[in-house]
Amino acid sequence: MATPPQGPGAPLPAGTPAPEFTLSSAPDRTVSLAEFRGRPLILAFYPADWSPVCGDQMALYNEVLPEFERYNARLLGISVDGTWCHAAFARDRRLHFALLADFEPKGAVARRYGAYREHDGFSERALFVIDGDGIIRWSDVSPIDVNPGADGILRALDALAGAGTPA
Amino acid sequence: MSKRAAAAALTLPVGERDHAQGRADAPVTLVEYGDYECPHCGRACPIVKEVRRRLGQRLRFVFRNFPLRESHPHAEHAAEAAEAAAAQGKFWEMHDRLFERQFALDDDYLIEYAADLGLDAARVGKELAAGTYAPRVREDFRSGVTSGVNGTPTFFINGSRYDESWDLEALVSALERTAAEAAARPGR
Repeated sequence: MATPPQGPGAPLPAGTPAPEFTLSSAPDRTVSLAEFRGRPLILAFYPADWSPVCGDQMALYNEVLPEFERYNARLLGISVDGTWCHAAFARDRRLHFALLADFEPKGAVARRYGAYREHDGFSERALFVIDGDGIIRWSDVSPIDVNPGADGILRALDALAGAGTPA
Repeated sequence: MSKRAAAAALTLPVGERDHAQGRADAPVTLVEYGDYECPHCGRACPIVKEVRRRLGQRLRFVFRNFPLRESHPHAEHAAEAAEAAAAQGKFWEMHDRLFERQFALDDDYLIEYAADLGLDAARVGKELAAGTYAPRVREDFRSGVTSGVNGTPTFFINGSRYDESWDLEALVSALERTAAEAAARPGR
């Protein structure tokens, strides 16, 4: 491949108000950013259900949920896959957090967060930690084949909590 | 295994709380975050043994728990069983047994292995039921997550995450390199 049209994207930086969205989390259910006011929210954009690294990443977050909960934080996974695909993936991996379908118009939310790969037609592996006032406090994009782990998220949540260790 | 450009580092230094094989003043410390029900960790176990044989006194090996409870339903109790064995002085014997028998990790088996190893099996059973070592296992897990463990097994060499292949020869050469660097440093 020649020079890609974009490298790892430029995600919306810390300090930016998080763009509002409403996306389907199930065939009959939608989730909006506004629902999470008052508590930290982690947005994990990832390229696709079922691909090996994404699976590892989401499986890891599934295990780390109790750590996120210590900060009263919620986690949402977002990809361009549709709700039925998400439902099958979540069931197969026994995920205990919602996967949102950035499906129609495809990738629209990822674009607004600066996390869409136009050339590939799916989102970056991008992480955002949003505070209770809806402000992005930390963001990160990993190479597409790299599982970013959860350490960056936990550091950001720790910084948000202020005093080092959560209550 | 997954990689990352910026190498992650151990947030919880190796210390008294850890299960370690080898001398505390060895120039190289290899830390593994592992899961007794993870097939990759099962494959790594004999490799680590051979690595220890090759490096000899130059290597200290530490094992920490990273049970992926959602993927591996027996991993948490297996980890707690190893900690229960540690409380009776036989951590490594149980560690080895669990990896050899990772296809049979129901509680009944865990208690049977404790009896096989000459431990007070009834006590192990009670401690499993009570979750006596769950906080300890959780502490390991948490230290792994904050150190950038994103799957199992994940290795750290002298505190830095090792993202390359852990096949025998690759791991041995990485450790040999670290040992040589340590030997070349003044003051050692």
